[in-house]
Amino acid sequence: MEKYLLYPGCAMERSASAYLDSTMAIRDDIAIEFEEVKDWNCCGATEYISVAQTPAHALIGRNLALASQQINGTNTLVAGCSACYLNLSKTDNYMLEDDKLSEQVNVALSAGGLNYQPGTLKIRHLLDIILNDVGLAAIREKVTRPLKQLRIAPYYGCMITRPDPNKHFRNAEYPQSLDKVMRALGAEVIDYPMKTHCCGGHMTQISESTAYEMIRGLLYGATQYKADVMVTLCPMCQLNLDAYQENVNKHFKTNFNIPILYFTQLMGLAFGHDAEELGIGKEFVSPGKALAKIGIEIPEDQASPKTKRKKDDPSLPMPAMPKDEEVI
Amino acid sequence: MTTVIDHTAEAVLDPAEIPKKSYLAEVVAATPGVSRLEMCIQCGTCGGSCPSAKDMDHSPRQIFAMIHAGMKDDVLASNTPWYCVSCYFCTSRCPQEIHITDVMYTLKRMAIKANLYDDHTAADLSKTFVNQVENNGRSFELGLATRHYLRHQPMRLVGSATFGLEMLSKGRLDLTPHKIDGLDQLKAILKKAKELDKVEV
Repeated sequence: MEKYLLYPGCAMERSASAYLDSTMAIRDDIAIEFEEVKDWNCCGATEYISVAQTPAHALIGRNLALASQQINGTNTLVAGCSACYLNLSKTDNYMLEDDKLSEQVNVALSAGGLNYQPGTLKIRHLLDIILNDVGLAAIREKVTRPLKQLRIAPYYGCMITRPDPNKHFRNAEYPQSLDKVMRALGAEVIDYPMKTHCCGGHMTQISESTAYEMIRGLLYGATQYKADVMVTLCPMCQLNLDAYQENVNKHFKTNFNIPILYFTQLMGLAFGHDAEELGIGKEFVSPGKALAKIGIEIPEDQASPKTKRKKDDPSLPMPAMPKDEEVI
Repeated sequence: MTTVIDHTAEAVLDPAEIPKKSYLAEVVAATPGVSRLEMCIQCGTCGGSCPSAKDMDHSPRQIFAMIHAGMKDDVLASNTPWYCVSCYFCTSRCPQEIHITDVMYTLKRMAIKANLYDDHTAADLSKTFVNQVENNGRSFELGLATRHYLRHQPMRLVGSATFGLEMLSKGRLDLTPHKIDGLDQLKAILKKAKELDKVEV
């Protein structure tokens, strides 16, 4: 059992609870033990740093200080959310690089009786732990239900491969880590040009047309290469691609219907876990059709309803016949 | 709007040569670590790599030229920093290794103070988020969306009601915020940090 300190972050607690649940479900399979940072606070996402600098770093500093108090056999702090991961590691790195910032953060922390020496913790993303510490051989060994014939579009998003301050990921634009993990599960991994493009982040709240165009590009890329499912490693990416997919379809009059799952959910399925235990069923776009390819049935009530009648639908309210194949 | 270009602030390649009172020096000083902003060679790789450049008033390259030229008010009135989505493509591709995304964060902070950019949607989203975090220690998505839409896009509040209900029914949204135990400790830390920064949030 390898032990790690865990910073779940706000999203994994709620809107992306499926990510945390599936991570917890597979921890025994991959012999990992997590100790959650006690009473952690929000990392500030991309918002706090847009408003104030020292408070933004002090906010993150409190998490680093709390985590460093829990160092006991491991000094590796793991985050599953890409934004949390980057924020934690950027503050640590900037404190190392910038003495004045480090001093100011510690003056602020001392007001709460805390202190953090930069460099004390090793901050890593969950994918990095799973690929490099657990390893592909150990993953292959645990596969009881290979994801054969499931065509997966690995989607990395931005903040793990860029700016990558500690060089944990080798390639900023064409990474392979997630591809390798998915292949180890027996899946067919597609190569498509959008895998490190941006999901739009918080743009859905500021300029919908800007955000929807970014999301559209990603869905189009994965669909062009006939992916059954897109696999993510960040709560924000999952939310934008999944929950806003219907809005994107309305905006562009497209017909995308591609499920978005977390890589830990796919690992869980390949290791033989139940879909429900992995938080599957919380998506807006049902993965039912994709998962049927590997013999997993999602109960109807769990699958997202897709038969809602649109307000502006001019046709008579007659029961619709299911289409053979939805062609984009 | 006519702008007087400050010709004393030409592109410089040695940080020691940045005119001390220039706008460039101000931006560099407000960015943590070594931003390398003074190293910009105006190649345009940033704008060419930017997924939202087409919606920006000025491309990132133009913004950097404007900073070098001392066009402070024009920079802070531009929507450019607010359309940065923090994807770090520019940062990782910049041949001069300028920390472009961090410079964009600096410009956002400066723009809030200067209050020259007339669309407050993005700045208010950040401020509302910060407010939730300061009062709870955690982010609170329902409160954030409700307050944000009420202020800026009331029509969207109606449209997003079904979205919110679906999030709730799927167990992906909390009705009440989650407060951390050490909220007083966090507040004390942030209060001190604000004093150090001399900012009002």
